[in-house]
Amino acid sequence: MGAESILLRFTEGEGAVDLETYRQAGGYEAARRALTTLAPDSVIDIVEQSGLRGKGGAGFPTGRKWKFIPKGAPVKYVVVNGDEAEPCTFKDHLLLERAPHLLVEGIVIASYAVGAQRAYVYVRREGYLARERLEAAVAAAEQAGFLGDRIFGTDFSLRVVVHTGAGAYIAGEESALLESLEGRRAMPRARPPFPAIAGLYGKPTVINNVETLCHVPAVIHLGPEAYSALGPPALFSVSGHVRRPGIYELPLGTRMRALIETAGGLRPGRRFKAAFPGGSSSAILTDAHLDVPMDYEPLKQAGSMLGSASLIVMDDSTCMVRTVARAVAFYKEESCGKCTPCREGTYWLSQVFKRILGGQGRLEDLELLAHISRGMKGGTCFCLLGDSVPPALEASLKHFRHEYEHHIRTGRCDVEEGVGVAVGVA
Amino acid sequence: MALAAEAQERIRALVDRYEHRQSALLPALFVAQEAVGFLPPETLAEVASLLELPPSEVISVASFYRLFFLEPVGRHLILLCTNLACHLNGAEAIGRRLEERLGIGPGQTTPDGAFTLRESECLAACALAPMMMVDRERFGPLTAAGVDEILDRHRGR
Repeated sequence: MGAESILLRFTEGEGAVDLETYRQAGGYEAARRALTTLAPDSVIDIVEQSGLRGKGGAGFPTGRKWKFIPKGAPVKYVVVNGDEAEPCTFKDHLLLERAPHLLVEGIVIASYAVGAQRAYVYVRREGYLARERLEAAVAAAEQAGFLGDRIFGTDFSLRVVVHTGAGAYIAGEESALLESLEGRRAMPRARPPFPAIAGLYGKPTVINNVETLCHVPAVIHLGPEAYSALGPPALFSVSGHVRRPGIYELPLGTRMRALIETAGGLRPGRRFKAAFPGGSSSAILTDAHLDVPMDYEPLKQAGSMLGSASLIVMDDSTCMVRTVARAVAFYKEESCGKCTPCREGTYWLSQVFKRILGGQGRLEDLELLAHISRGMKGGTCFCLLGDSVPPALEASLKHFRHEYEHHIRTGRCDVEEGVGVAVGVA
Repeated sequence: MALAAEAQERIRALVDRYEHRQSALLPALFVAQEAVGFLPPETLAEVASLLELPPSEVISVASFYRLFFLEPVGRHLILLCTNLACHLNGAEAIGRRLEERLGIGPGQTTPDGAFTLRESECLAACALAPMMMVDRERFGPLTAAGVDEILDRHRGR
């Protein structure tokens, strides 16, 4: 990464795992500056002016989220969402494993800004190394006086507790995460009240994604204008049919084509077919969209979304029917079963896909898929898991209907290799 | 099987980490599971008693999450990711190889108790696709030959 990298400069090579390495790279100076020279409200203003938006998928402006926390409340919490189980999203694990202190510093600044004296980090169970490194970082930061009582000699104190999940995608949904942290089944809560008013243990709670808080030290260090002038920057998870899948830090608005090229382009002889620009819950885009900027508004205008900035690239060897069936199977497996449209919709979609892929499909099944999909939309559930299914499914029915029809007519895939656009092929 | 004194002590200590007792439930269940190997009804009842929670609540929570084992599992847990990035990169063939070599299907345990094989949703290691976890370690990008070697390495342990 170049000199302008604000996050990946801490993860290069072995990363900045231990406190000394992180401090030599300027670590904890932003927290010191925030706590000793800025009022909590000024920190929130700076974060708001920077344009930082939540990196977990919803993209809500971070500063505005912090402003929702009632000032007078005696007990407040910061909860960090490190559940990262969104298909093909793997940036938070990189940060937790290679730059755990960057997150701790972000937590210190966020907690100071909203007036929380306790923060919980929820790391998914399978992130063994992530949790180990984060726990070590928390212990080292306590030892050095960057956490604990009277941080930097101020009267601000903070304790950080690392918690793990137990295998459930839905625990990454913020209200389900709170349930899980309280020791219950991870099932979403009704809102309102929103967590900012009644969150963890019924107290005002800010819930931020790992990457989001990792941006905060740079926002304070650079100032809102300079930070924003970097794009603002974002971590893109690039996976699928590219030569160098991985995490790339680039300005928001980088074109999809350039992102694929940065990830080494397609494999030799392969052509671009389609991509999920923002994880499996985003509408699939085709080669007509290769020049769409990877940013909130442009992707929305293209009928899709940025989500967690996870680009899943598919080349001409991909059977769209099987791929969408796999995405649907994921949501069926992970639906918590609380709300009918999601529980039943994912089940019946899976049954229809099973029939099509098993060679017993009927042409009417395509209308049936669309019909079930329509019934899952419109925010009729406690959370958005069910609403996450229709975009990719409907896009595939629109752009790749012939593949479904071919499966139904012949019982086989219709993968026309050699069709599509070459991107970054040497 | 009753929980050893050391496991009981660790569970009691977990309660102090949180402001509310029930928040210790997930970590407490992992302590119990590591001590016993899985979570039979009597162990769930013991955790309930240690945390002063209704047994029904503990059973409800334990049965919700995938990584709590209500039945015995093998010494090694294989989680083969079959989600999108791995699916696009040949996870199906890796799965067939694992099933052939282990002689079991997903969700089953080998007769010698060495391996439990499970298909998994995304494990947030997509640059390694196709990948799997064996216990706490990640492996990928996998090939058929690589799978054989990883199984051989774990079989005797």
